[in-house]
Amino acid sequence: MKKLLLLTLPLLLTVGAFAAGAIEGEVQKQPLNISAIIMFLIFVAGTLGITYWASKRTKTAKDFYTAGGGITGFQNGMAIAGDYMSAASFLGISGLVYLAGYDGLIYSIGFLVGWPIILFLISERLRNLGKYTFADVAAYRLKQTPIRTLAAFGSIATVILYLIAQMVGAGKLIQLLFGLPYELAVVLVGTLMILYVTFGGMLATTWVQIIKAILLLSGATFMALAVMSHFGFSLDAMFTAAIEVHGKGEAIMAPGGLVSDPISAISLGVALMFGTAGLPHILMRFFTVSDAKEARKSVFYATGFIGYFYILTFIIGFGAIIMVLNNPEYLDLAKQAISGGSPILGGKNMAAIHLSHAVGGNFFLGFISAVAFATILAVVSGLTLAGASAISHDLYANVFNKHGEVDEAKEMRVSKIATVALGILSVLLGIAFEQQNIAFVVGLAFAIAASANFPVLFLSMFWSKLTTRGAVIGGSLGLGTAILLVILGPIVWVQIFGNAEAIFPYKYPALFSVTVAFIAIWFFSITDKSDAAAKEIEAFEAQDIRSQTGIGAEGASEH
Amino acid sequence: MTKEQIEQVKNNPKYQKLVSERSRFAWTLSIIMLVVYYAFIMTIAFNPEALGTKIGDGVMTIGIPIGIAIIFIAFVLAGIYVRRANGEFDELTREVREELGDIA
Repeated sequence: MKKLLLLTLPLLLTVGAFAAGAIEGEVQKQPLNISAIIMFLIFVAGTLGITYWASKRTKTAKDFYTAGGGITGFQNGMAIAGDYMSAASFLGISGLVYLAGYDGLIYSIGFLVGWPIILFLISERLRNLGKYTFADVAAYRLKQTPIRTLAAFGSIATVILYLIAQMVGAGKLIQLLFGLPYELAVVLVGTLMILYVTFGGMLATTWVQIIKAILLLSGATFMALAVMSHFGFSLDAMFTAAIEVHGKGEAIMAPGGLVSDPISAISLGVALMFGTAGLPHILMRFFTVSDAKEARKSVFYATGFIGYFYILTFIIGFGAIIMVLNNPEYLDLAKQAISGGSPILGGKNMAAIHLSHAVGGNFFLGFISAVAFATILAVVSGLTLAGASAISHDLYANVFNKHGEVDEAKEMRVSKIATVALGILSVLLGIAFEQQNIAFVVGLAFAIAASANFPVLFLSMFWSKLTTRGAVIGGSLGLGTAILLVILGPIVWVQIFGNAEAIFPYKYPALFSVTVAFIAIWFFSITDKSDAAAKEIEAFEAQDIRSQTGIGAEGASEH
Repeated sequence: MTKEQIEQVKNNPKYQKLVSERSRFAWTLSIIMLVVYYAFIMTIAFNPEALGTKIGDGVMTIGIPIGIAIIFIAFVLAGIYVRRANGEFDELTREVREELGDIA
């Protein structure tokens, strides 16, 4: 069992932890699942209705990028939680609990603790300084062209890597749940997301995310309650039953070697915390609320919803141990014949899906399958919007077009074209990567967000002596180190390239690449004695006053 | 914002109070969260058996309530910050902006 855990570990870590594609490896296409398809169609019809409504209200660039700044703290908290509760964190974490018990909880906690810190240190400064993208904040007093280029590059790289993982996950999940062909599933996701984003902008994207969050939380709550009621709401009775059937016995009640050495543990912590604070589609959500007060509230609500959700996935994982494991109905007979044990259909990440059938029959299975599909749609829409904003607002409007004002209508047209292009690109990449090992993809996205985006953003708000030279060199070195260490690490170097031993022994480069970024930014800033640097340092005070008080901050538009 | 205006804001006693109190509060809460999280991670790295200690007569281990408690602490700390920031600090910000008049 320990060996099995070690073998599946890299996969679980990146899949479960980083909200990547939910299903890895070969999957068998299942017979058509009619009730799931009907419920999914209802969701699509509803969300397209919302997109139509949103399109009537999306007139200016501000509407498009930030829903006019009129989202409330509660709604935004729900949407942030929705961005975080992806199909893979639902299926992946409950699958991890199913497989290893307590270890699943360690992951959930790592994901959550970054949020309060984002609240305490960055949310209100971000809201007070920014307009549409986090590059607005990073480039506030520095040179626009180099900083925005770096930030846009970091954003687009993060978004595309994340999109690949989501697309491949979507294709496989839908094959398994709905019985639809892989390519059709990928094209369907791409088309719907283009429709939501180009016509409905941030307003539609936010509401799709909110609705999905409500559906997912309700479904997960029902499942957890069904499991608990089975045991008369006694946790002890539930754990006892789980220990009886699980191969690891009582070991599922304590940490089981998932996070074994301190370096890996700290590096994972750094990746989760700083990575979250550097994801462009999450940062963008802070500009959709009217002021710093609402920005703070949104993180508070998000923390509550995410924490609640993780407690539910813990119960769902244990429920699956009792009701799915050893249940002949969910046993993968073909696989059992080859490798023995009691593998379930579709692998461990399907534990929650099978549990939905066990507690609620075919109808509820259909509901949870539809919600899983909706989840992927909502997450890719947010990602695409963030990527398109980096292209239109950072690159087109502020880098290529630095002379003279940019026509707002033109900027919006560029962002819509960028949305369509990103949509098509992600469909093509999704198809191209079907048979590839994508386990490293989301880990890399998090590493880039933590090492290139976050240090520049953080120091631009907190350190007066930051200069353009320091930010550009340090940010680029952080980016380069992250990519290099992922290539030399165990997942790419050993599993994909087939080398015997990794040159860089840790799966998470964040601790090292983030350190490189901070040191390089510091060194190349303090040694920058140019006149431009002196001016940038001088401009910090005015920026700091705005970030502290909100004087001069972007307001909500009138509607 | 001109140099004089910046000086005026910086010399405003209420602005100074806002900045120093809020940043002390925010960093204190951040450090509490980090200490709690890394104490948990270090226990897992160096002494995982400690979390497997049984409590009560059943199968429940101490690690489970501790894990749930950390999730709860994250939520409570966020609530404590939002309460003070949206009340006291926002009120102070409003007073600062009022005193500054045309700058704000």
